[in-house]
Amino acid sequence: MLIAANISKRFTGVIALDKVNLELPAGQVTAIIGENGAGKSTLMKILSGVYADYEGDIILDGQTVKFKNPREAQQAGIAIIHQELNLIPYLSITGNLFLGREMMNNWGMLDKKAMRQKAEELLQKLKLSVNPDTLIADLKVGQQQVVEIAKALLYDANVIMMDEPTSAISESEVEVLFGIIANLKKENKAIAYISHKLNELFKIADRYTVLRDGKTIESGKMQGISHDELIHKMVGRNIDIVRNSNAINNNDVLLKVYDFSMARFAKTRKNDKKILNNISFELKKGEVLGIFGLMGAGRTELTEALLGTCPGLTTGKITLDGKEVKFKTPADAIKAGMALVPEDRKKDGLVLGLNVRTNINLSSYDQILHSSGLINHKSEAALAQKYITTLGIKTPSDKQTAKNLSGGNQQKIVIAKCLATQPKVLMLDEPTRGIDINAKNEIYKLIAQLAATGLGIIMVSSELPEIMAISDRILVMADGKITAEFEAANATEDNILKAAIADI
Amino acid sequence: MDLSLKTHRPQLVKFQSLIALILLCIGISLMSDKFLTVDNTWNVMRQISVNICISVGMTLVVLTAGIDLSVGSVLALCGAITAGLLKFGVEMPANNLFIGFTILGAVLVGLIVGSLLGLFNGWAITKFKVPPFVATLAMLTIARGLTMLWTKGFPISDLGDRFAYIGTGWFLGIPLPVWISGLVVIAAVVITQKTALGRYIYAIGGNEHASRLSGININKVKLTVYAIAGILAAVGGIMVTSRLDSAQPNAGMSYELDSIAAVVIGGTSLSGGRGTIMGTVLGAIIIGVLNNGLVLLNVSPFWQQVVKGGVILLAVIIDKANSKND
Repeated sequence: MLIAANISKRFTGVIALDKVNLELPAGQVTAIIGENGAGKSTLMKILSGVYADYEGDIILDGQTVKFKNPREAQQAGIAIIHQELNLIPYLSITGNLFLGREMMNNWGMLDKKAMRQKAEELLQKLKLSVNPDTLIADLKVGQQQVVEIAKALLYDANVIMMDEPTSAISESEVEVLFGIIANLKKENKAIAYISHKLNELFKIADRYTVLRDGKTIESGKMQGISHDELIHKMVGRNIDIVRNSNAINNNDVLLKVYDFSMARFAKTRKNDKKILNNISFELKKGEVLGIFGLMGAGRTELTEALLGTCPGLTTGKITLDGKEVKFKTPADAIKAGMALVPEDRKKDGLVLGLNVRTNINLSSYDQILHSSGLINHKSEAALAQKYITTLGIKTPSDKQTAKNLSGGNQQKIVIAKCLATQPKVLMLDEPTRGIDINAKNEIYKLIAQLAATGLGIIMVSSELPEIMAISDRILVMADGKITAEFEAANATEDNILKAAIADI
Repeated sequence: MDLSLKTHRPQLVKFQSLIALILLCIGISLMSDKFLTVDNTWNVMRQISVNICISVGMTLVVLTAGIDLSVGSVLALCGAITAGLLKFGVEMPANNLFIGFTILGAVLVGLIVGSLLGLFNGWAITKFKVPPFVATLAMLTIARGLTMLWTKGFPISDLGDRFAYIGTGWFLGIPLPVWISGLVVIAAVVITQKTALGRYIYAIGGNEHASRLSGININKVKLTVYAIAGILAAVGGIMVTSRLDSAQPNAGMSYELDSIAAVVIGGTSLSGGRGTIMGTVLGAIIIGVLNNGLVLLNVSPFWQQVVKGGVILLAVIIDKANSKND
């Protein structure tokens, strides 16, 4: 049992944690819930020894402990599994498990046999049936996560903290993970579970602790509390997901995709499994088309391919506004009126080291040039300011570096960049991933508003409640194909999920 | 300078290279009364103008997260071609044809060759995804070999007083090479701060994939910066050839290292996306002043190299420490 009592932590001038209390009882899963910036990760970093400088007490099994560094916390039996996994890609599973604590034989050499055997036992226990000599790079994300858990078990950790463990894994991998967590509970491990996905918490957690603005709001049992009550505690007020009720009364087809396929490799290779397989659909003006699919269904590939990222691999026909188009590069697609808010805003959406102004203008520079060919700095600033105002981007100035903004505001910058090109079709790939509930709702509202102005919107999401609330029509993808289509009114969670796992 | 890239840095940090330069100048002038004279100042400026030209091109390349190791060889080849055309022209005995070259013509051909070699670098990098380090390393060897072939291993000298004016002449009381490098710097500052190309250069260095998805034509931008680097190496080659009144087959050896040093001392990140032209200019001046000062102070050439290496290392360590605070 781990107790954190009255933990406070200050960063220059900002109070990140203010007398936070948290209990992690053995044999139970405690959900730690809070919006971005509520203090969850700061608290995790203190408990795992990353920040040694804090006020308050950490009491582990009745004894007050103070860790100087992560290694000490590990030795005391506290393991943390970060959102971004800490594994070495070109090292085997065994090598990763024993990294920094290798077993030696009498000659001072690595005792590979003993390590491999121990690794095998651990994997077996976690029901991961792969050879321990496999390289991490060859594993799926879900399997890599299991290796991280194995690492924690190897340390004999009694407290295991997981930060957004399901953010990057498929639904079936989630089931595997939950099975493992259930077993860990039986072994009397104390588990802290951080997640934005409230539905998950009701499946897996026994207790909850809500943090808000660096304070503990409430702790209690999951049993007997409702989804809405939890949200209320997180944000301090009730939030209704905006339902896009603007019925579309026009039949103007904006985008038509016909028999669109994409190969994994150049066409010369035979027997190549297609990533996208004969995809056909239509998008009308002012329509929000939701695309649901599990990880690996080909959703992200579809949006990127529609933007012309891999012209050599795709076949099929696309018409935009009635005219057939062929995009050789994203630049072509953007010029024609396509825009994409990519799945990973930090990796694909933003240039983090550049300022807000440049990021917003990045796709539009050819529109804001003087006749001399030089940038018109006034137009550049005005364009940035326009979207900072209309999208409500919270930034001290447009000269702020993008990486210093919160996730929700970063996402708005990416959307601003897309809107600045005045697209006809806006594709959003997981637009609300990893941002807090308030920012999510703002983005839902924005999508509804944009659709009302006649934009065609394609929204890819793996969150069912979200896609059901915001879409007019829903396509379900599995294994590179479209397996079902629902009008929003007829869609149920069951139907959608069934279609999503149909082919697997 | 685009201060927007680091608005939250303290003022002092922003001017650290400038402060270092001023301290360096004060230090040397206290130890040698020959340093702070009009003659010596112009002398230093003239010496560094070649490095400034090359380093400006290098900065653009490095900002895109690339590197150009071929600048020294390209400099030699372009200088030799200009010199050869000027002196011998082109003879085609088969057609009984002889083409003579004016200075302008020879210089133009030199610049065009520089741009083509740069484009070739860019082509290998964009079309075949050869890492810039490897592609330009290959060009380093290729261009050096071509220089040897063109010159047959011997200097091409006695190019005439009018050609020598480029490297040794004065205009309005300022040495011509200083004018040339000054114009190059101004053009590069305009490119980086006032053009879409400049924004794209920073964006690609900061996040190439995001830039591509934003509709930036990555290949075009890269081809352009490598071509510019090639042209500026050619400019340097013509200046060197003119100053010495001779194209040396081994001219420009290891110039790429001096220019990378200037870029790095000037605070440009080798991983791309961060840095300024003016930073590089300061870096080149610091190296030039250091070279000059060590000579004036009669420090042995061997020690000069040790000191120079130390300064490069120190500059990067300080820069790292600062960017950590960002």
